[in-house]
Amino acid sequence: MFSSAVSTTSAPNTRTSQPIVTGTTVLGIKYADGVMLAADTLASYGSLARYNDVRRIQKVGSSTLIGASGEISDFQSVLDILEGMTREDINLDDGYTRTPAEIHGYLRSVMYQRRNKGNPLWNQLLVAGYREKPFLGYVDLIGTAYEENFIATGFGAYLAIPIIRDRWRADLSEGEARALVEDCLRVMYYRDCRASNRIQIAKATGAGVSISEPYVISSDWETANFDIRHSTRGSDGSSW
Amino acid sequence: MSMMFAPRLTEAAAPTTHAAPTWSPYDNNGGTCVAIAGEDYCVIAADTRMSTGFSILTRNYSKIHQITDKSVLASSGFQADIRALQKNLDARHQIYQHQHSKQMSCPAMAQLLSNTLYYKRFFPYYAFNVLGGLDSEGKGCVYTYDAVGSYERSGYSSQGTGMQLIMPVLDNQLKSASPLVLPLRQSTTPLSEVEAVDLVKDTFASAAERDIYTGDGVEIVIVNRDGIRHELMDLKRD
Repeated sequence: MFSSAVSTTSAPNTRTSQPIVTGTTVLGIKYADGVMLAADTLASYGSLARYNDVRRIQKVGSSTLIGASGEISDFQSVLDILEGMTREDINLDDGYTRTPAEIHGYLRSVMYQRRNKGNPLWNQLLVAGYREKPFLGYVDLIGTAYEENFIATGFGAYLAIPIIRDRWRADLSEGEARALVEDCLRVMYYRDCRASNRIQIAKATGAGVSISEPYVISSDWETANFDIRHSTRGSDGSSW
Repeated sequence: MSMMFAPRLTEAAAPTTHAAPTWSPYDNNGGTCVAIAGEDYCVIAADTRMSTGFSILTRNYSKIHQITDKSVLASSGFQADIRALQKNLDARHQIYQHQHSKQMSCPAMAQLLSNTLYYKRFFPYYAFNVLGGLDSEGKGCVYTYDAVGSYERSGYSSQGTGMQLIMPVLDNQLKSASPLVLPLRQSTTPLSEVEAVDLVKDTFASAAERDIYTGDGVEIVIVNRDGIRHELMDLKRD
C-alpha cells in the first residue's frame, strides 16, 4: 500500500565540510644540493593548540618527502595511500621506484577525484624529492597542482614567500637555505596565530632523504614592535 | 479505502539539513589566452602567470597544450579542471589515432572539445578555451568556447581575465567583414605571420598593465605548414 510517512531524521552528512584538526604553513625551497621542506609540529583544534608533536613532514619511499597543511586526519589517509604505493614498489622489486614527480602527479589525481565527488581531502600538500634533479610540487584539496622553486602553503604564501623571493637563489648552500627557512618560520610564529616555534626541517638530496628531529627556534618578543607601551598610538594619528 | 492512497503527513516535512557551503570546488587561476588565424598560419598565445586570490602561485605555468600536430589548445580558468580537460582530450585523440590511423583535424577536435565540455554541463570544467590550428586545407582556424561547450569558428579570439582588454584591440586591428555580407570574405587576417605575432605581443603587454592576473610572461605558439614553433616574451611582473 502506498504510504508516505515522512521521516524526521535525515542521513548524516558524511562528506568533509570543514577541517577540524589542522596544521598551518609548510615551506619548500630548492637549493644547491636539493630540496628542503620545513614546518612546525603543531596541530590546532580551532584556536586551541592541541597537539604539539605532530610530524607534518614524512618520508615516502627513499627519495620523496611530503609535507601537509590542513586536516591532519586527511593527511594520515594520504600517507596510507602512499604507503601502499611504496609497498608495491618494494614488492615488485624490479629496480624501479616511483619518482617524486610521479607521486606528485598521482596525488593530484587523487585530490582532484575527491573534489569531483564533493568530498575533498582537506590538505595543501608539498611534494619534494631528488631523482637526478630536485623536484618541488604543490597539490591542494581542489586539485590545483604546480611545480616551482619555492612554495609555501597557507599563511606562508603571504608572510614567507616575500622573504624567500628577496633571498632565494638557485645555488643557496644548505646553511643559507636552513637560515632562510628558519627566518620564515620565525616570522610565521610571530604573526600566524596557529603557528608554533617547534619546527622540523627536512631535505631531499642526491644522498637521500632526511627529516630533522623537532627543535625550538629562538624568538624575541621584547622588541619595540611587540610592546604596547611603545606603540605609536596617537603619534601619527592612527588609532591602531 | 481511499484513505490508503492519501499521503499521510504526520508532521511537517523535515527539511533536509544542508550545511552552509564552506568550500567551493572551483578557483580561478587567472590569465589570458589569444589566438589569431592567418591565411596559412595560426598564432596561439597565453600568459604564464598562475594566481589564486591576490597571490601569485607561479610565474612560469604554461596554459598552452598541443593536442595534435595541427591543433593547439589555450585555456584559462581553473587549472585543475583545465589539466583534466587536456588529459581527457589527449586520451580521446589517442583512441582516435588507433581507430583511424591518422590524427584528428582541427575542426574535428573543435567538435570533440565542445562535446567534452557539454558532457559536464551540470558540473562544468571551469575552462575558457581557445583552440587554434590549421584546418584540412592548411588555412588558419580559431575556435572560441564558453565553459559549457558553446563554440564558433572565427578569425581571432581572446578568453580569460584580460579578454575584455584585448578583444577590442583585436577588433580594431583585425576585424573582417560580417559573414552576412556577400560575397563571403575571408575571416582570416591578411596580416603576415610576423605582424600577427607582433600584434599579440603588444596586446599582452597592454593587458598586463591593467589586469592584475595577466603578466610575468607570454608564451606564443605558431602553427604553420612547417610545423610548430614557440616564442617566449617577458611581461611586467607586478
